[in-house]
Amino acid sequence: MKKQLLIALSTALLSSSLLAAGGGIELEKAPIDVHDKSSLQNGLRYYTNYCAGCHSLSSSRYNRVAKDAGMAVVPIDDSDEAATLADANAKLMYENIVFTTDKEGKPVNLGSLMHSSINKDDAANWFGAPPPDLSLVGRSRGSDWIYTYLKSFYLDPKRPVGVNNTAFPNVGMPHVLWELQGWQTLEEHDDGHGHVEQTLHLSQPGTMSPAEYDVVVRDLTNFLTYVSEPAQLHRKTYGIFTMIFLAFFTVLAYMLKKEYWKDIH
Amino acid sequence: MNGLLNWIDARFPATKVWNEHFAQYYAPKNFNFWYFFGSLAIVVLVIQIVSGIFLTMHYKPDEMLAFQSVEYIMRDVPGGWFIRYMHSTGASAFFIVIYLHMFRALIYGSYKGPRELVWLIGMAIYLALMAEAFMGYMLPWGQMSFWGAQVIINLFNTVPLIGPELSTWIRGDYVIADATLNRLFALHVAALPLVLVGLIFVHIVALHAVGSNNPDGVDIKKHKDDKGVPLDGIPFHPYYTVKDIVGVSVFLIFFFAVVFFAPEMGGYFLEHANFEPANPLKTPEHIAPVWYFTPFYTVLRAVTLSPFAGTAAMFLAIIMLFLLPWIDKNPIRSWRYRNKAHTINILLFVVAFVILGYLGVKPVTPELKELGTQMTLVYFLFFLVLWIHSKPATAKYIMWFVGLTVAIVAMTFYRYNPEATDDAAQILWQWSLTVGYLALTLLLPGLISAFNTEKDVPERVTG
Amino acid sequence: MENSGVDKSRRRFLVAATSVVGAAGAGAAVIPYLSSWNPSERAKSAGAPVEVNLSKVEEGQLVRVIWRKKPVWVVNRSQEMIDNLPKNNSLLVDPESVVEQQPAYAQNATRAIQEKYLVLIGICTHLGCSPTFRPEMGPADLGADWRGGWYCPCHGSKFDLAGRVYKNVPAPTNLEVPVYSFKDENTLLVGIDENGEAA
Repeated sequence: MKKQLLIALSTALLSSSLLAAGGGIELEKAPIDVHDKSSLQNGLRYYTNYCAGCHSLSSSRYNRVAKDAGMAVVPIDDSDEAATLADANAKLMYENIVFTTDKEGKPVNLGSLMHSSINKDDAANWFGAPPPDLSLVGRSRGSDWIYTYLKSFYLDPKRPVGVNNTAFPNVGMPHVLWELQGWQTLEEHDDGHGHVEQTLHLSQPGTMSPAEYDVVVRDLTNFLTYVSEPAQLHRKTYGIFTMIFLAFFTVLAYMLKKEYWKDIH
Repeated sequence: MNGLLNWIDARFPATKVWNEHFAQYYAPKNFNFWYFFGSLAIVVLVIQIVSGIFLTMHYKPDEMLAFQSVEYIMRDVPGGWFIRYMHSTGASAFFIVIYLHMFRALIYGSYKGPRELVWLIGMAIYLALMAEAFMGYMLPWGQMSFWGAQVIINLFNTVPLIGPELSTWIRGDYVIADATLNRLFALHVAALPLVLVGLIFVHIVALHAVGSNNPDGVDIKKHKDDKGVPLDGIPFHPYYTVKDIVGVSVFLIFFFAVVFFAPEMGGYFLEHANFEPANPLKTPEHIAPVWYFTPFYTVLRAVTLSPFAGTAAMFLAIIMLFLLPWIDKNPIRSWRYRNKAHTINILLFVVAFVILGYLGVKPVTPELKELGTQMTLVYFLFFLVLWIHSKPATAKYIMWFVGLTVAIVAMTFYRYNPEATDDAAQILWQWSLTVGYLALTLLLPGLISAFNTEKDVPERVTG
Repeated sequence: MENSGVDKSRRRFLVAATSVVGAAGAGAAVIPYLSSWNPSERAKSAGAPVEVNLSKVEEGQLVRVIWRKKPVWVVNRSQEMIDNLPKNNSLLVDPESVVEQQPAYAQNATRAIQEKYLVLIGICTHLGCSPTFRPEMGPADLGADWRGGWYCPCHGSKFDLAGRVYKNVPAPTNLEVPVYSFKDENTLLVGIDENGEAA
């Protein structure tokens, strides 16, 4: 009965999906790997080119993100880090990643937080709500949700910006990646039993094939997943060493206990 | 070395304290698995205090800065994520360890005389720990922090007469606000840790005064050798220190497995919605307390007579635990020697408690809602049955069973409303769960004597 | 309980091994806690170079800028001030700036890249107060041979107009010259040298 109790407790604790976010549609599994550096770089580039205008990553810094994506070689761990246009790596960063400027119009330094340049009040007027900070969207909504969401925009003339989203009904955000994906339309099939099945169809192709677009969305999802918890890149490595150490220590401690308990009869 | 020790001993009872609590504190030699959790609770306390102090160095208790400062710890502070995960995992680990520690006391009757005070102080620790955990959960100032605080503090609204004034006073504002965060921070990092450490100290002093119970529930002080050492006792040090080190090490394997491999624990230790900053304009879709509060939260939801009745039932559920030493008057401590009906009663209580906890994280459906009501009934009936089991030889089991079943059927009739179709369907069958519980704990020993026989408690500990 | 037949050496070995391994583990666990006191990424990112517009610094004037949250002084020295510097040498601890309190390119008689502009970190090398600028000649409180410099109000340390420390004062070394360079004729960059190397 002890065992049963433990099993009951552990299943109660381990069963996941406590709070599935989203509009009630089945989420597509995001095929991501946060250790894939080229995917992270690609995601970072798409993020800064397509998303960063409106969405801040106000918990992340350019240099840290670039370093984790394997791109900048600027020594981040050294307080004497060069944050200058003269530096070649910095140049790479300023050409590809860092587009925000400070109050005087100069590019921000590479250690800056990744704030968007949009005015929050304007944005709230345009889209109905200020664009949320995406620092933690990978943890609050989850990777699968982001992946599905970015693939689920469709034309809907009833909406103010002309688009809607099956993963986020009545979303305020326009389809920023439409040039790449093209336009989808929503088709509803009644199966005759009152159950309506919704499917999305590409009615007007974009500059990318669906497969290429999926890669972009995967890389963006990968990047946002990484950015929601940068520590995940190293966490498990430390964990393995800790487990090995503790296993060894447990054996030693057990031998010590056995040795002393020889006295007890 | 000896000279220094003598110098200290002349001024401070170092050797005396060491002997009284370690080298010459005689603990029963038959401690089993369930006796690890006391020392583990101390280990978790130390983890929480140390990691908490370091988090305080970087955290900002300000409604504009709090959320961001937690992410600052997670990203910008060297080693910050490790410290934060140790603290968040430690909070849940504390409750796992404490619940198992309390379960041990329940099955071996450790709350019974002469250890009533040990139990009462322990329950006070549990209560303080719940307050501490609730306040700590508010500090990240995410959606769950905010709305959790909203709901819990509004419980005080239901207090008759002074309710609204009381909850406003607790908040320091008309809504959950900066003032609330600031005061809960002060209580979390200073006041309650002091209370907890003080209570734990008293808990151990009281325990060491009366001596530890054991899985047989026998009094080891009855049989002593000519030096006054209990025959079944062994010095805590070195025997239980070396044993507890093994326990701590195994515990740390589980603890760090969570810290490094699953710090969110599927959304139970760190809830997904709490990664969104507090937004007073939007309640998250599913709002549920952290898992360790959920059994009592379900009790709160199940009692719908009036808001105050719900709050009162929730607190009563905790108060009942305080009263255990006076409810269970059976002189036998350990369930090893009690009748089988008692064992069934405890196990079904655990099942009801786990179900109540599970229901607390689930959205309400008619089926689960009624299950919550029935499990709440079982939770409270457990204490009544425990009292009836106090005198198994003379107990009128059948009479109690019939009486309680009639009461439950009557209550079901009263609650039955055929117009609320979904609820009615659930009410119609789920009352049988509670009656089933009564059948197993009262009818069974009343009819079959094998379930109602107690064994002789041995004079000395076994094995 | 009986202690006969106990293998004492095995017991001692296991106690020692468990203690050492346990202490090593505790030591490893302490590392992230201690390292959390190091400057965070936020503190590091505040170390970016600072620009100073020299056209606004009049002759004989001192301007203060903040670099890495420290005061940095930029002084536009007059020709008279520069000519007076060698006269102080006999009164100073380290007139030749032997102690490395400046980048190599500022290890000269005026402790500057361009004679005119002195750049110093305005923190006394004694216990970290920020000394007061006293450019006047021979004031009553500092004596007739004072040819301009800084006086520290905390413990009375004195520095000349190249930031060099006087003898018989608490401060042990000259004031520190930060890494700096000239972006153009009128723009000074504190925190970065000509090759783009940061401090």
